[in-house]
Amino acid sequence: MQKETASIGLISCGKTFKDGTRALEKINLNINSSETVVLLGPSGCGKTTLLRIIAGLEEPDKGGKIIFNEDDVTKLQIEKRNVGMVFQSYALFPNMNVKENIGYGLKVRKLDKNKIDERVSEMLKMMHITDLSFRNIDQLSGGQRQRVALARAIAVRPRVLLLDEPLTALDAILRDRLRVEIDILLRNLGITAIYVTHDQSEAMALGDRIVVMSNGQISQIGTPRNIYYNPANEFVADFIGTVNRIPVNNIKNLNSFEGNELLFRPEDIDIVEKNYCHFTGVVKASFFLGEKTRLIVNLNLKDEVTVEGKFEEEYKIGSEISLRINTDALIKLPK
Amino acid sequence: MAKKQIFVLQLIFTLLVCSFLIIPVFLSALAGITENFFFGIKSGFTLRWVFEVLDLYSETIYLSLIIAIACLLVTLIIGIPAAYVLARIGGRISRFIEETIILPVAVPGLAIALALIILYGGYRDFRSSWYFILVGHILFTLPFMVRSVLAVLSSTNFKDLEESAASLGAPFWTRFFSIVLPNAKPGILAGSLMVFTLSIGEFNLTWMLHTPITKTLPVGLADSYASMRLEVASAYTLIFFIMIIPLLLGMQYLSRDKKYK
Repeated sequence: MQKETASIGLISCGKTFKDGTRALEKINLNINSSETVVLLGPSGCGKTTLLRIIAGLEEPDKGGKIIFNEDDVTKLQIEKRNVGMVFQSYALFPNMNVKENIGYGLKVRKLDKNKIDERVSEMLKMMHITDLSFRNIDQLSGGQRQRVALARAIAVRPRVLLLDEPLTALDAILRDRLRVEIDILLRNLGITAIYVTHDQSEAMALGDRIVVMSNGQISQIGTPRNIYYNPANEFVADFIGTVNRIPVNNIKNLNSFEGNELLFRPEDIDIVEKNYCHFTGVVKASFFLGEKTRLIVNLNLKDEVTVEGKFEEEYKIGSEISLRINTDALIKLPK
Repeated sequence: MAKKQIFVLQLIFTLLVCSFLIIPVFLSALAGITENFFFGIKSGFTLRWVFEVLDLYSETIYLSLIIAIACLLVTLIIGIPAAYVLARIGGRISRFIEETIILPVAVPGLAIALALIILYGGYRDFRSSWYFILVGHILFTLPFMVRSVLAVLSSTNFKDLEESAASLGAPFWTRFFSIVLPNAKPGILAGSLMVFTLSIGEFNLTWMLHTPITKTLPVGLADSYASMRLEVASAYTLIFFIMIIPLLLGMQYLSRDKKYK
């Protein structure tokens, strides 16, 4: 069992399915060893297909290559790629208990029984599920199954860990908690990990780098900060967080600004005195979210902005409100 | 209150219908252990008819069991892989093949028997051996095995299970024996019981295909009704019931609504 984790290279990998669906355009991607990369995008963007190609469950179209470190694994079946995979449905084996599930990969590699027991105990401890050892998997809760699935994938010391929306099936509180646990786990293991999700806050929390995908293509690759503050195009700007978009001509007090649209985040607009403002509007909706308040403000018949912040005052629906944009934080899309 | 009365009425109705079906069966079994049915129960109970049947017809009972076991083995070996492949392919082709496999059930046993005789009747040795009957039984029972296993395989997300086993390094046959088969067990068990029971009870096809030396229990039973006294035929029926009712109960038990696995 190797301890080293692999870097991954994808060269010109596209995928057309038998029924003609073009799931992926030709993708080039480099993932550094020990890095956690998140594939993020809406349903149908190709992120799961890309993951499955890396895993070896799908073959890329002719000409596509997948490289682990220096080895060309394109023609290698998944059984031989030594990857660890966590499925969205967890895919735990119903005919085995937790211990047997975790030890399955080791048993398949025909390891010594003692070694298997040792490693399984290690995994049980690492995931804090030692007391579940002999449970049958249909007696486990969602969060517990998740942990078993992770333990099972990691037990064989894979070169690469692939996770397909592992938290999607869980409720919000559990998701938040497990997100942190997974993050710590991945860092401690130092393993190269590829994580697929449609949840952008999950992506931002976990990824060293995020690959934003849409319609089978990569829209942007970057660190979470990078992507949030410097989105490469409209799609990314829209998909990550909320973005406000208003035409320039409605603004007073604004120094020269090129382009005909302003893009900015809800937290980069403030409520100010009327004579200091860029424009005024009427509150259409108000949401108190605990740590912040979100207001939807109508500027005129067409345009509205989302304003977020910690506001002392409660702005009632229908009240007039004056807003000023923090012009330093304006998002500029590359031409 | 009206609800309860309606329930009671429905219950009585159901029991009446059931007794309409069961009482003749019960009488028949009773006849098998009565000294002389013409005089009724007052002639006394006896097991002599049962022993006479065992004396005359033990070979048929034996052959029925042999054929049923052989039928079961063959349908297991053919049916389980077939169900697996059908589950993997999915789609229209799979449904089409499934429907083709089921045809023998819809076609009358006599017609199938005729077809077999026309096709293979020329091979004398085969024609006069019990293998000939076995083939008919397999044709008739195979769809039940395939369907039963296919149903289970289609419902579990066994594609995911196989993929995750593969990701852990398990090659095809390891996956088949450690993951697919164990998880298909309920379907295999239910299918097995069905095949065995159907084979033991099969009459139409077997009647057409049998020869004096290849008689199964149901065929012997028909013979005895035609040529023996009522008590003997009834005792024969009783033996048949003793063989088949536990099997039917077993099938019921296996296909019950389970809350826990």
